Amino acid sequence: MRILLVEDDAEVARFVRKGLQEAGHTVEHAANGRDGLFLAASEQFDVLVLDRMLPGGVDGVRLVETLRSQGHRAPVLFLSALSAVDERVKGLKAGGDDYLVKPFAFAELLARVEALGRRPAVDAPATRLKVADLEIDLLSRTVSRAGRRIEVQPREFQLLEHLMRHAGQVVTRTMLLEKVWDYHFDPQTNVIDVHVSRLRQKVDKGFDRPLIHTVRNAGYMIRAEP
Amino acid sequence: MSFRTLKAVSGRRSRPAGGVEETVRLGPPRLLRSAGFRFAVLFAAMFTSAAMILMAVFWWATSGALVRQTDAAIRADAIALTERWREAQRLGLIEAIEERLAEDMAGEAIYLLVEAETGRRLAGNLDAWPPGVPQEGGPWFLARVPHDGTPTDARFYLVNLPDLRLLIGRDETERERLQGMLTEGLIWASGAVVAFALLGAWLMRQALERRMRPAFATIAAIADGNLASRVALSGRGDEFDRLAATMNVMLDRIGTLMAGVRGVSDAIAHDLRTPIARARAKLEEALASAPEGTATKEETLRAAVEQGIADLDNISRIFQALLRIAEAEAGARRAAFARFDLPQVLADAAELYEATAEAREQSLTTDLPRRLDLVGDRDLLLQAVANLLDNAIKFTPPGGAVLLSARATEGWVEIAVSDDGPGLAPEDRVHAGERFFRADRSRGTPGSGLGLSLVQAVASLHGGELRLEDAAPGREPPGLRATLRLPLP
Repeated sequence: MRILLVEDDAEVARFVRKGLQEAGHTVEHAANGRDGLFLAASEQFDVLVLDRMLPGGVDGVRLVETLRSQGHRAPVLFLSALSAVDERVKGLKAGGDDYLVKPFAFAELLARVEALGRRPAVDAPATRLKVADLEIDLLSRTVSRAGRRIEVQPREFQLLEHLMRHAGQVVTRTMLLEKVWDYHFDPQTNVIDVHVSRLRQKVDKGFDRPLIHTVRNAGYMIRAEP
Repeated sequence: MSFRTLKAVSGRRSRPAGGVEETVRLGPPRLLRSAGFRFAVLFAAMFTSAAMILMAVFWWATSGALVRQTDAAIRADAIALTERWREAQRLGLIEAIEERLAEDMAGEAIYLLVEAETGRRLAGNLDAWPPGVPQEGGPWFLARVPHDGTPTDARFYLVNLPDLRLLIGRDETERERLQGMLTEGLIWASGAVVAFALLGAWLMRQALERRMRPAFATIAAIADGNLASRVALSGRGDEFDRLAATMNVMLDRIGTLMAGVRGVSDAIAHDLRTPIARARAKLEEALASAPEGTATKEETLRAAVEQGIADLDNISRIFQALLRIAEAEAGARRAAFARFDLPQVLADAAELYEATAEAREQSLTTDLPRRLDLVGDRDLLLQAVANLLDNAIKFTPPGGAVLLSARATEGWVEIAVSDDGPGLAPEDRVHAGERFFRADRSRGTPGSGLGLSLVQAVASLHGGELRLEDAAPGREPPGLRATLRLPLP
């Protein structure tokens, strides 16, 4: 993917850039809002990663508002040291698609960037999702593996759906909390792990090939290959 | 009057702000700019006008009445004499005049009857036609005539009969004397009115200033950095007291905000340093003590770095929790209050923790009403309930039960989480809401000691409270029942 990173802190920028490049992406970097806006408006990017507070008169929110008003639709991930709920809402309202509070783990950033960059095409609404022999029906909200019906609770279905929509990508615990439970804070104990292991019991138990994988220090991934 | 420029208050020097010495004007403002002065002038003007109107009415009712009375008497006399002339002609009229003059004890009556053509005097107590009175017209005239030997102001009424001219008058000396006394009295009274108005205005201005002074002094003290200063109330409960009370509430609010900020800095100073120091020590130790054998060294260093990252994440989590608490305590989020369905939020929280409870072989049950609307901050309440559930699950032994319930009682909603854990000693309950407080028994379990602080902060943000009590009094262990009591909209 081609990613634009607008971040004024040189150390953070270097670290993020290196990490994204190692993950196989192309990264352009701008150190202030003005340059960032110029790059974003003149070139094509799959994802924009913007610091919320930027020097040079154009901060992250202004940048996104300007881009959106000009018809640019590239997904935007905000990085911010401002953690208050209002700030997150403000960022998303301005046209941002996701919001990550500093300090963050790089795995978290990478997972979110990849989730944003590979969003399913809007014009082809899928009614079924399939990974290997695991299949879910979004209309009847049923799950089956190798032709055998698996009973899941509504929340487990949502969890599985989210993992399958991002098949082959890492989905972090906080992403699951936000997207599946609509929780925007960090619970003290790892409640998500228990839900995933319960889902795993139903989906993977009794089959040779596990589909739900734990990615160390990052989160979970559903994929066909072991 | 000149204003004084005070450098803040008392002997303390005001702190220079940005290199510029800030000054606070404390003295009374310039006279014309003073609201007190304007009120006072308005008061004096109102007072004087009222007094003037009163005096005018008084004048009309006394002096005016005297004049009207005299005129009425003269007019009645004229009618009576004209009647007499009609009945008894000239002689009768002369006789009547003589009679009246004889009967007039006060000596106020003046008459003069002359022949119209010759001007010959026929009757009356005037020797000749008074010089100031014309022969025709009128009928009212004022003239100075000799009366009883002295010149006297008199008021005349002229009656023209076919061949006679009759002048009826009244001596005005007495009335003028009365009027003079009245005028003198009114002049003195006016002087007194003006004097009182000025005195009243001055007193009013003084009172206004005296009542404002505590507020000025307080604001100056605050500007000087003494945030504990409050406006003294007079106890009268009037507008000034209400203004002062409102100001004090505002200052309390600012004080709470400041305390929140200070609380966070204290917490950062005391409680973030410890984990930072620990993480730093571990990294340093790993660097120093890693054996020189390449494989082991790398392994040791890797482990230390991983541990360091975990420690940093933990610090970051504590920091986030502190900010959240401060946010709730400052009340800044009250603007974001909205109406939401409480049982739904509680059911969501229970659903999130249900799997964890099950994994620990506990049962998590809920007892919720069908629908209950609450106005508040959904996210913060969700987190508060999540914290309570987290605690309950952490302290309940395997096989135990956790109950999340909610019920509405007149004006309040009680959200309660009860567990089968060891409970909380009564002496620890008071401290449970303090940041970083951990009861001795809980030291072995993971946690930051911030969970209940947040619950407490969320409770007070919503105007409610957090109650901690035994879940089953008398049982051993008693368990803990944490109740979040919030006012209903």
